Amino acid sequence: MAAIYSLYIINKSGGLIFYKDYGSAGRMDTNDSLRLASLWHSMHAISQQLSPVHGCSGIELLEADTFDLHCFQSLTGTKFFVVSEPGAQHMDGLLKQIYELYTDYVLKNPFYEMEMPIRCELFDINLAQAVLKDRVALLGR
Amino acid sequence: MQFFGGSEISPSPPLPTASGNNGHMMYVFNRNGICLLYREWNRPLHTLNAQQDHKLMFGLLFSLKSLTAKMDPTSVDKGNLGVPQLPGQGCSFHSFRTNTYKLSFMESPSGIKIILVTHPRTGDLRESLKYIYNLYVEYVVKNPLYTPGTPIRCELFDSTLDQYVRGLG
Repeated sequence: MAAIYSLYIINKSGGLIFYKDYGSAGRMDTNDSLRLASLWHSMHAISQQLSPVHGCSGIELLEADTFDLHCFQSLTGTKFFVVSEPGAQHMDGLLKQIYELYTDYVLKNPFYEMEMPIRCELFDINLAQAVLKDRVALLGR
Repeated sequence: MQFFGGSEISPSPPLPTASGNNGHMMYVFNRNGICLLYREWNRPLHTLNAQQDHKLMFGLLFSLKSLTAKMDPTSVDKGNLGVPQLPGQGCSFHSFRTNTYKLSFMESPSGIKIILVTHPRTGDLRESLKYIYNLYVEYVVKNPLYTPGTPIRCELFDSTLDQYVRGLG
């Protein structure tokens, strides 16, 4: 059983720049993931408008019937979100770790163009390791 | 989707977990998106006028529901994104949290949506929403002067609701 089902990274205008599936049921094609990502971008923005008090920075955790969605927004507006099992505890840490990998292997890559889809081998390798480590840690708990 | 047992009101509301006064506001929508009830207890920030605010809230819930139905990682046949679904169909959600508030959501089998906005550190409010739904059934649906589908104007319901939400942890 996977600890996280999938990972999305969207740029500051809501375009999907990275998507990885870790074993969710059913098929999701590229169009679906793109539309889900931009839908999430808008829902995130609307949730800020509906806040009853000042200083809202958007949805951090969405609890659905069969999964949890944890979202982390970086200072530049790039959003990272993972779909995990309901009640998964350590997702904030994992998101920060993924953000770190993104800054190290994507942003520091001289061939990467900002706001464009991520195609960096080193990022893929290190991400796979981080997710695997997270899964092992979950099994050990 | 669960159904809510018999018609009797549950005798004791779920216990509040801490000192209360955490409620910000509450919405009740029917299945057509008409706002039946809006209560506000603590809302310093208004970004829109009331009608626009209700529309935006209903739109947010509607879209989040189609998002969760499409994203559901456990079901094989999810259908297409944005196809309207009946209450109880597809994967729904029960709450989301931001840094400034927590929104808890419940939909009854007849499509009544109850939304409670509270402090972000509030615990699981699913039982409390069911209790509020029971209050709605007892004080509104069973009121012979109430016409279904119209905004709720029922003093007894409002006061009971206020009292209950103030006690929520």
